[in-house]
Amino acid sequence: MRAHPVRRTALTCAATVTVTVLALSLKPHHQPVGTLPPTTAPAPSSSAGAGGASSGVRTVTGPTVQTRYGPVQVELTLDGSRITAARAVQSPGGDPRSRQINASAVPALIKETVQAQSAHLDTVSGATYTSEGYIGSLQSALDQARA
Amino acid sequence: MREPELHRVVHTMGTVFSCTVRVEPTPRLRRALDEAESLLHHVDEVFSPFRPDSAVTRVRHGRPVPRQWQPELSEIVTLCADAHRRTGGAFSAWHSGVFDPTGLVKGWAVERAALLLHEAGAERVCLNGGGDVQLYGGPWRVGIAHPLRPGFCAAVVESPGGPLGIATSGPSERGCHIIDPRTGLPPANGPASLTVTGPSLTEADMLATAASCMGSEARGWLGAQQGVAAFGVMPDEQTWSAGAF
Repeated sequence: MRAHPVRRTALTCAATVTVTVLALSLKPHHQPVGTLPPTTAPAPSSSAGAGGASSGVRTVTGPTVQTRYGPVQVELTLDGSRITAARAVQSPGGDPRSRQINASAVPALIKETVQAQSAHLDTVSGATYTSEGYIGSLQSALDQARA
Repeated sequence: MREPELHRVVHTMGTVFSCTVRVEPTPRLRRALDEAESLLHHVDEVFSPFRPDSAVTRVRHGRPVPRQWQPELSEIVTLCADAHRRTGGAFSAWHSGVFDPTGLVKGWAVERAALLLHEAGAERVCLNGGGDVQLYGGPWRVGIAHPLRPGFCAAVVESPGGPLGIATSGPSERGCHIIDPRTGLPPANGPASLTVTGPSLTEADMLATAASCMGSEARGWLGAQQGVAAFGVMPDEQTWSAGAF
């Protein structure tokens, strides 16, 4: 991986575009797994106004990216280097079938520190616990609640 | 009112497996649950490095492996070799020349047992093996244990449906048990815990284990992996996410 910084950047951009679109079209109130900081926005293929870190509002359109859910392309509005809006130019939700696949297949990550007891959880993922460690674990409490 | 479900807790492989099948219980599903439990005990028998007659112990001592175990053993050896290649050696089942596939076997066993239940007709399966989870169907809500605040979760993953593996690695619950096979030392500047999600727990678990050996490089490396997503909690409680489905 270290030998291919360009490829890595491209993949990161592709991931960002996909996630941005899914975030917009599917889960507006949740942050899906994998959302990256806006500083990794895709390289512009078109731009109104000067590039670089100059101020002023401009829009950039990312490349079309093939995902397992279909083609994705996103347009970003930037104020200086800050993203103020993002819009899907092309998204896999075009037909009812892929919309249904998206709705049923994309997990969402809610980044928020919550007390486990009050979070209505089905299970808990955490660093591997031993048989002894399990006794005091959150999962143990959930299992007892089900017994 | 709670939906109908079958629930079972299995103690094996030095840890605890919690299995929930959310469906109207049928005799067929109860049998499948017995089979899933047997499968987990079987994997312990074949792959435990602590059992004198396991396949892993036999390989270590150059003793023959029973014929009926050989297909599983070659599957695990192949997966370990792939993992070694994909992670540039960060995941290694041959550290110091000793064969130890433990880092891969548990996730693989959880995924296999969950698939067994799913194929027996359980549309909604949640199997948690020592903190690593394989889901089928949904919706499910999975807490990510906060590595620095006991009793709290740092995030919640909501899976609306489909297969999803969720693996978390880190030093918080056991002391640092991960050694970077490239240096023989624990990783420096790494996250307090690291979660990887993807359709297959075998893959997610392997990537989480490997990234835990990468210190500060973990985030960038996981972000470049296709088909998985990652979430990290740093020692200062900052969190990050990377990658996408």
